Amino acid sequence: MSQHRLDYLDQLESESIHIFREVAGQFERPALMFSGGKDSIVLVHLALKAFRPGKFPFPLLHIDTGHNFQEALDFRDTLANTIGEKLIVRNVADTIKEKNLTEQKGKFASRNALQTYTLLDTIEEFKFDACIGGARRDEEKARAKERIFSVRDEFGQWDPKLQRPELWNTYNGRIHKGENVRVFPISNWTELDIWNYIKRNEIELPSIYFAHDREVLEWQGQLVATSAFIQVDDTDKVAVKKVRYRTVGDMTCTAAVESTAANIDDIIKEIIATKTSERGETRIDDRVSEAAMEDRKKNGYF
Amino acid sequence: MDILRFITAGSVDDGKSTLIGRLLYDSKSIMIDQLEAIEKQSKNKEDGEIDLALLTDGLRAEREQGITIDVAYKYFSTPKRKFIIADAPGHTQYTRNMVTGASNSDLAIILVDARNGVVEQTRRHSIIASLLNIPHVVVAINKMDLVNNSEDIYNNIVIDYAAVATSLGLKDIKYIPISAINGDNIVEKSPVFHWYQGESLLHILENVEVANDINYTDARFPVQYVIRPQTEALHDYRGYAGKVVSGIYKVGDKITVQPAGVESTISAIEIGGKQVTEAFAPQSVVLHLSDDIDISRGDIIVQKDNQPSVENELDVLLCWMGNKPLIAGNKYLLQINSRVTRAVVKEIEYKLDVNSLLKELAPEQAGLNDIVKVKIKTATPIPFDSYKKLRVNGGAILIDETSNVTVGACMIQ
Ligand SMILES: Nc1nc2c(ncn2[C@@H]2O[C@H](COP(=O)(O)OP(=O)(O)OP(=O)(O)O)[C@@H](O)[C@H]2O)c(=O)[nH]1
Ligand SMILES: [Mg+2]
Repeated sequence: MSQHRLDYLDQLESESIHIFREVAGQFERPALMFSGGKDSIVLVHLALKAFRPGKFPFPLLHIDTGHNFQEALDFRDTLANTIGEKLIVRNVADTIKEKNLTEQKGKFASRNALQTYTLLDTIEEFKFDACIGGARRDEEKARAKERIFSVRDEFGQWDPKLQRPELWNTYNGRIHKGENVRVFPISNWTELDIWNYIKRNEIELPSIYFAHDREVLEWQGQLVATSAFIQVDDTDKVAVKKVRYRTVGDMTCTAAVESTAANIDDIIKEIIATKTSERGETRIDDRVSEAAMEDRKKNGYF
Repeated sequence: MDILRFITAGSVDDGKSTLIGRLLYDSKSIMIDQLEAIEKQSKNKEDGEIDLALLTDGLRAEREQGITIDVAYKYFSTPKRKFIIADAPGHTQYTRNMVTGASNSDLAIILVDARNGVVEQTRRHSIIASLLNIPHVVVAINKMDLVNNSEDIYNNIVIDYAAVATSLGLKDIKYIPISAINGDNIVEKSPVFHWYQGESLLHILENVEVANDINYTDARFPVQYVIRPQTEALHDYRGYAGKVVSGIYKVGDKITVQPAGVESTISAIEIGGKQVTEAFAPQSVVLHLSDDIDISRGDIIVQKDNQPSVENELDVLLCWMGNKPLIAGNKYLLQINSRVTRAVVKEIEYKLDVNSLLKELAPEQAGLNDIVKVKIKTATPIPFDSYKKLRVNGGAILIDETSNVTVGACMIQ
């Protein structure tokens, strides 16, 4: 029977494809959240395996904060084009104008919290009943607690104390009007699994994932790219360094890591050797409080 | 490298979360920033030691109360295996969350506090492990440091548990003395248990054989979605997308589509867009049939010479998870793999007393976390197998149609 054994990556892949097809089978108007980051790129590849030669039974959706890396945006557009799937982009800047929202102030003024408004408006606009996201449980302690089908009320809120039981691979996606489900097909993947999968399948990524020269400022031990979105003060230490990104989020809250890893094999070596977690090393937004992620999720965040 | 999914179970405060924390810590799977975060949190406590349970107790309410409320999923790997851990809550109130974590587990670690021995919740979780047919069980007798690592105390608990295991029909049980807090017998064998002959916990987890748990005999393929591109180039393309939950399918195999009973032949198999000649569990694939027949989501494709039962009266062992009681006559939706049908619970035959394992016959109703035997009638016949024989096609959930909540876990007999 030994030829009938799937290795761990094949098992994870099959589980994720199964989840994708459950979404297709159970929901009328799903959407796939796509940012141009590595996790959402892997989602797209899994969706290709789940539905080709058919079309995706959902559009790609990006909530653009306006603070994204240009490389990620370009990659997003190119990929959507290449695979010939519909891409919907909604801008946080528009929501801010329409709703007269107050932007954060300060050095790294972030729109991370405001994007939830745009997401909820977009869900309402298109009547999306399921939003597929690339969150992984190994990323953060609140995510470690979330179901694969995570039901949100009409305000997008997650109630961690009242999650539905989720048995076997039988997913219950039934909801009332106005509610929606966040679905996480790669819940059980780790950062290293993602990189190994990218390698095995020769998946292309935006260039910022690989070592390159970039002007950065050092802030509390983290390297933040200088850009129009952050305030650079005279006292800041600014220098050009060889860096790469471990995650791709907003330029205001994503830090780079110093690295010379220019290809996947080198990156995998670095990830295996690292002593810091992905979010710990690269996210400025999680540092606000112990329960930052849990609070954001309770308020409708992914 | 393969995957082992396991759960930690047992009574409140028996040290489940601490054990997971220890396993992650000693296998060097914790990052510096995560450690710093829990160190900061632990300082609020008197003893000054880091509280490893904080690694999995990720919700605010859990940290405040020092208990686990819902399952946390944690990951680590060794050169041998990738591990997916479900850290379950011990509180009776949250048993349904434990069931959630247990349903996908290949192995259960059942913790027992050496000072308290086998208690009601140990039995409850063991019953659930046996109902869910978790193939492997490790009984970890924890907090041995608090009983002077006494071999006698350990042996007595083993004898007590063995009696429970026998009455429940649990298979493949191993016993191990540990101290989660000190890390004894977790990653390395500890000299404090010089009288213990077995291996360390991690060694057991790395070596338990799980490949044989997959059933390659009874082929089942629930259809999730039909792929029909309807483009000019692919005008006649019609692929049935789904996961081979058990067994093997080959091009040319004679198949039956249930519950309709229609027969056909597999004309092609695709995996990720590539043509292959066979597919096996647990691969997600696309099947093509040589005849143009009406198949939709919820149907199941099986080998012609190996059929499931197709019936509308089911004998079911049920874990009740609803806040509202279950009363005979109540109607629900029953979902088995991708198939959903209306169902009525016709009769509650008995309720299991967790302590005595005795059956209370014909109870009025079942409440949250009760384990009952029921008779269920479905609106239309459904294809299923006995859960004991084939976990992947014998488990179903009950959904309350008004709240949409999952209220029951069915193990079809
Ligand atoms: N002395 C000693 N204390 C332990 C040991 N393992 C755990 N503890 C302590 O027991 C208490 C409960 O530990 P947890 O790990 O939170 O227990 P749990 O089983 O996860 O509890 P729930 O998830 O709420 O059911 C904590 O104070 C731990 O420090 C051990 O091996 N020896
Ligand atoms: Mg716990």
